[in-house]
This record gives sequence, C-alpha cells and structure tokens, in this order.
Amino acid sequence: MLIVENLRIQFPTAAGVVEAVQDVSFSVGREKLGIVGESGSGKTMTGRALMRLVPAPGLVTARRMSLEGIDLLSASERQMRAIRGRRLAMVLQDSRYALNPVMPVGQQIAEVSQTHTGANAKQAQHRTLEMLEAVHIRDPERVQRVYPHELSGGMGQRVMIAMMLCAEPDYLILDEPTSALDATTRVQVLAVLDELISRRGMGVIFISHDLNLVASFCDRVSVMFAGRIVEHCVASELHLATHPYSRGLLAALPRIHDHQSRLPVMVRDPAWGAASDGAA
Amino acid sequence: MTPAWNSTRWLLSHTPGSKVQARLGRIYMGWLTFRSNPIGMTGLVIVALLVAVAILAPWLSEHTPFTQSLPDRLRPPSHDHWFGTDELGRDIFSRIVHGTRITLLIVCLVVIVAAPLGLVVGSVSGYFGGWLDIVAMRITDIVLAFPRLILALAFVAALGPGLENAVIAIAVTAWPPYARIARAETMTIRHSDFINAARLQGATHFRVITCHVFPMCASSLIIRVSLDMAGIILTAAGLGFLGLGAQPPAPEWGAMVSSGRQFMLDQWWVAAIPGLAILIVSLGFNLLGDGLRDVLDPRSH
Amino acid sequence: MITVEELRVDFRRGEDILNAVAGITFHVTAGESYGLVGESGSGKSSVLLALSGLAKEWSGTIQIAGETPTERRSMDFCRSVQMVFQDPFGSLHPKHTVDSILSEPLSIHGLGDISDRVSAALTEIGLDQSFRFRYPHQLSGGQRQRIAIARALILAPKVILLDEPTSALDVSVQAEILNLLSDIRDRRGLTFVLVSHDLAVVAHMCSRFGVMHLGELVEEMTVERLRTGEPEHPFTRQLIAAARGYEPATS
Repeated sequence: MLIVENLRIQFPTAAGVVEAVQDVSFSVGREKLGIVGESGSGKTMTGRALMRLVPAPGLVTARRMSLEGIDLLSASERQMRAIRGRRLAMVLQDSRYALNPVMPVGQQIAEVSQTHTGANAKQAQHRTLEMLEAVHIRDPERVQRVYPHELSGGMGQRVMIAMMLCAEPDYLILDEPTSALDATTRVQVLAVLDELISRRGMGVIFISHDLNLVASFCDRVSVMFAGRIVEHCVASELHLATHPYSRGLLAALPRIHDHQSRLPVMVRDPAWGAASDGAA
Repeated sequence: MTPAWNSTRWLLSHTPGSKVQARLGRIYMGWLTFRSNPIGMTGLVIVALLVAVAILAPWLSEHTPFTQSLPDRLRPPSHDHWFGTDELGRDIFSRIVHGTRITLLIVCLVVIVAAPLGLVVGSVSGYFGGWLDIVAMRITDIVLAFPRLILALAFVAALGPGLENAVIAIAVTAWPPYARIARAETMTIRHSDFINAARLQGATHFRVITCHVFPMCASSLIIRVSLDMAGIILTAAGLGFLGLGAQPPAPEWGAMVSSGRQFMLDQWWVAAIPGLAILIVSLGFNLLGDGLRDVLDPRSH
Repeated sequence: MITVEELRVDFRRGEDILNAVAGITFHVTAGESYGLVGESGSGKSSVLLALSGLAKEWSGTIQIAGETPTERRSMDFCRSVQMVFQDPFGSLHPKHTVDSILSEPLSIHGLGDISDRVSAALTEIGLDQSFRFRYPHQLSGGQRQRIAIARALILAPKVILLDEPTSALDVSVQAEILNLLSDIRDRRGLTFVLVSHDLAVVAHMCSRFGVMHLGELVEEMTVERLRTGEPEHPFTRQLIAAARGYEPATS
C-alpha cells in the first residue's frame, strides 16, 4: 500500500508562504488511482512529493507518507535512491525533456536495468529489447540505437514507459503521460500501459487534467482543487460526482453528441479551497 | 503611512493606471532583484562613484591636472599630493580625477556607436535571413577574427592618433559581438507567434524590427555591453599606453601608466595609481554587468 | 467568403521539401464556422498559415475575403482577416503592455480614437480597465487568450482564423473562451475557421468541418451528420472513439 495522510507542501516566497498542497490524503493498493485537477491544483507536486522530488525551497510535511511500510518522509537520500525506480517510478509529461539527449535510448534503458536489477550488460541488453517489444515498438533493434530527438512524441513516451517499467516498480506515478500525444496515439499508449500494469499487478497513480481519460482508465478518482482533494469517487461514477467543482469541470467539457449553445461556466467558490477535505 | 510606503505600493501595483506606472513598476521590480545582489551592487557603487567623480572633477581636485612644477617632480604620496606627483610635477590625484572624464567619454562614445550598430546589423540579418544574413555574418566574422587591440591599432595607425580616432577604432572593433548576440536573439523569436501576429496586422518589416525585435534583444545587449565596458576601457588604456589614444598632456590613464613605467622601480605610484584606477573601474563595470545579467537574463531565472 | 481549391503547402527544410498539405479543397460561406480536425502533422495548421498569408510556398487557389493572401498583405486584407494563435504565452509580446498590444494595430492602420477603442475592446472581451497597463506575465493563460482575441477583433475583421485557441488552457477556462468566441461571432456576424485536434471543441463551435489526415482532407461533414450518422472514413471513427477516452480491451 502507498499511503499518504495529510500531505502538505509549502513554498516560501517573497510575498509569503504559498500553500501548494494542503491536507491531502489517499492510499493506493494494486489499483489505478486517478488524480484530476486543473493547472496549479497541486496534482503534479503531490506526485513529486511521493518521489521526494519537490524542488527547493518547497517544504513537504505529512502525518504519514509510506510505501509498503517504509516511511518515505524519514528515508535517507540513499534509501530513496533504492526506492526510486525499483519500487516507485514516475513517468513525466514530456519524454523529450526526461531522456538524456546525448545517449541512445537503448543504452539508457539498459542502464536502468543494470542499476536496479543488477543485471550484467548482456542481460540488460536483452531486457531492453524485451521491454521495447512490451511497449509495442515495432522495430526494437533499430529503436534502441536511436537518440531521443529522433523519436516521435508517441515513441518517446513509450520508450520512457519501457524505461520506467524495466526496473519492475511496484508503484508507478504517471504525470500526464499522454498529454503530449495525439488522441489516437494516446489510446494506443494507454492500452500498452494498461496491459503491463494488469500483468504485473502494479499500483498506479495517474495524474491528468483530462476527466474523460481518467474516468475511463482508472479505478478510482480524486479531484483536486487549489491544493486540496475536494472529492473521491469511483471512476466509472465520475459523472455522478457531487462536489460543485467536479460538477463544474464535467459540465465545462464540450460534447460531441449533444449540442449546447453555451458551455456552463464555473463560478469558483473560495470556500472550496478552505473547506475540510470533503473526502468520502 | 509613510510616503515611501505609498510609492512602493504604487510601483508594485498589479493594476497600473498608466503606461508610465507600468514601466516604472517593471523597472522597480528589476531594481529590487538587483539590489539583493551584492556583487552587482558593488559594481553599481563603483560605476556611480566614477560618474560622480567625473562630474565633480573640478571641485574634487585642488590642483589642475596640467600645471607643471618641475621642482616638485616625482614626489611620493603626501598630504599635499595624495597620490604623489609625476615626472613633470603634476598632481597625480587631479590627473586621475580628471582622467575619469576621458575614460567615461570614451566608454560612452564607443557604446553609443557600437551597440546600435551591432543591434541593427544583427537583428536585420537575423530577421531576414538568406543572403543578407550570410553577407553580414561573414563581415562580422572577419572583424571578429582579428584580436581587438591589433585591429584598433591598425585603424588608429591609418587615421592618426587622437581621442576621436581611438573612439572610432574601438567602436569599429566592438560591434561584431553585439551583432552576433542580436542575431541569435532575433533568430529565436522571428517565427514566434507575436511576430506573426504583428505581421498579420499589417506591420511593416521596419516596424516589426524596431518595435518587436529590438526590445527582445535589449536585455542581452545591455548585459553584454556592460561586461564589455571593461574591455573598452582596457583597449582605450592600451591605445593610450602606446601613445595612440588621447594625446599629452590629456590625463588619460593608459598614457599615465605609460609615462610612469620608466620610474616603476623607484617611484611606483606614478604608474601604479593610474593602473589601479583602470583595474577598479574595469572591475566595477564587470561586476555591474554580472548583476545586470541576474536581473535581465531570462535564462538565469 | 473563403474558397480553397487544390491547395498544396510545402515547407523547405534544408535540401528537403516537406509536403504538408497535399491538394485540398473546401469552401466556407460568410457567417459560417468551419472546422479542421486532425492530429499533429496532419497539415491543418499549414492550411491556416496559407490562408493568413504566412506560408511562403503554396500552390492552388485561395480566395479569402475577396483576396488572394500573399506575403505582402494589403492593408485591406489585414483588416478583413485576423488570426488567434494557439499558445497564449507566445502570441503576446512579453515586453509590451496590454495597452500597446491593442493600440498597435490601430496605429498601423492610422485609426483615430485609439484610447477609446482599446478600452471598448477590453470591455468586449470581458476584462475591466484595470488590465490595460499590465504586462502579459501578469495575466493568466485565459486572460492572455482574451487579449489575443481582442487584438484580432480590434480591426473589425470579417474572418477570424483560430489555431487551436483553447488547447493550452484548462477545461473551465476553455469553456469561457469558447463562449466568448461564440458570443462575438453572433454579435459581429464573423466567419470562423477553427483548427483543432479536439473533435469535441470543433463539434461545439462549428457547423461544418473537415477531417485532415496526412495532408489530405479525408472527410467533410456537417456536425448534424456527426451526431446522427456514422462517419465514413475509418480515421474519423478513430478520432471519435479516442474522444470518448480510453476503452480497455475486452479480452
């Protein structure tokens, strides 16, 4: 279980302390939890906090933040290095910035499996090809020799996923893993991910702004607003969400199949941000 | 409610009521960043002192920089002559103080000529590209290929020694780096949407370059110019040292070092004091440039 | 209002010539909103660049507001065709205030009453006068996009080209901007060409649209047909399926 209780992230600035995340609690087992919210809602920071990658001067506090009984808050940087990748991995929004531009992608993937599984060079090479195949890359022999800039967005994202999965993490944080992709490519990448997740029985936190996507991909959904989780619900019942913010987000989506002359505009109530966690 | 507090609030307002307030607010924000940088502030203080000394020169110096007094020649620093006297008995303090005017004059003139020249060449060639760019950049390369002092020497040798010619020579050698910077900045923005939007509104190329491209180049150029000032001062001093810059009896620091060098071992102050002046002022401009980079360079944030 | 026939757009990249648009034909009548949907690299944005005259190399026929767009746009063309860009962070000059961004087109075209027109433009796009002297970095993404829309409107054009105007915005802000665009269109009787990768946005804003795939217009249909009938081209069906979200394999 990945358990987070009362997570709080603060950024001291010249103008005062900015509360990026406040009082966020959730737990993830072997399931897919979606975190939805708009930009600035603190969803990405929440993911980073789990990896202990909140940039300075951010200050992370929580009553509890643990992974399979390991306390992530008090773990030393050395322990964290062993945890990151192997037990808990994160796929970032844009693979072009997350991959090393001057190293062939195959080598980067092999490096990961060497560090995390102690494989020798030959085993790592073999595993790289296996992983590239697993993410449905057609010609893994060729692709592993290619540099990141030669990959298309969809391919890059798949390589990134292959790299994260090859350490066989128990938990995977996906931060907008498909928002840089075209709609049709997105569906393919998600299918690959879904297959691997269910085959390996991983726990997943899927961070996205896309309500339809989260509702259709995840098991449970938490809606974040202004650093707080305003509502938890079962993904398939997201359309039944009760919080006015969740309702507003859903209503604001233009729909293909029923016409509205105007889209309902959300009027933000400052009380939502101040309200108690509102969690079900 | 002190007036200072009010004016700060006015400057930092998120809803400025006029163009002037918006611009001043922006400058004030930059100033706040700059003020928190001790290196930049040190540079600013040195440069401000230089300017103040140049303005107040006649009042600061008891002696004139030109009055010779052979009986008093080569006196060591004393109460009468703070920095001693040179080989003609002139007060070195007064000469240093008046020399600030020459130094500032050279720096300002060079910058006034070279920076706009570089800006125009660089942004025009970066904006249009094609053969114009190729020709302009090859010319820039040619000038860049010569060591600056050597090229300046060649120009002065052709034009004849003198302050104006030194300025022209330094300016001619100083613009290519500015052109390079302006071109690089222009290339990164020339296909940006705000340039496209301006062109769709019917803005002429002239308007796009002057109103949209120039402001984007300004920051990098200001940083580079302020870092370059030290180089300009050194080149000017170098020309003066070789007798090709400001002519005697003008109290130019480089020329003063040059004339003092024969007394270096016994009367060290004659060469060392103007040398030190050159050092401090160059350092001041360099530190100022460093501080400005922290404020203006978008990449450093 | 807009006639595009056999439009080909090529881009020169070094020695290579990339064909972005491979001969497409469509017509837009005055007052209509026409959409172009497709994925990145489908050539939809290149069509818009050609329509605005920003693309250098194209062939075929384009008539827009009675003119053929060329690199040297006439002043009349600028007054009748304007564009709103995708990225609200990149389309406003970072060192110009809202006031100078909005007054520039007016002074280019020698129009008077600049101050009054700027403040009227701000009112029209739903921002109050306190925004007038702010810099873009002091605005949110939605506010910037409003300013970009105001800039496009200030010359009172007949046609507005919209290049993914809401794809960089949050869902709730997207709704506000789409509402603003439809209000303005109804009030001023504008003709829109909207390019987007999001079928739902196009279906919401347009009455008719074309689906672009690999430089070709593979299907053209009305929004009513999209809602009632089945699209013919397999790619269109893929797009519709993708818009619904992720559907786990049934196996």
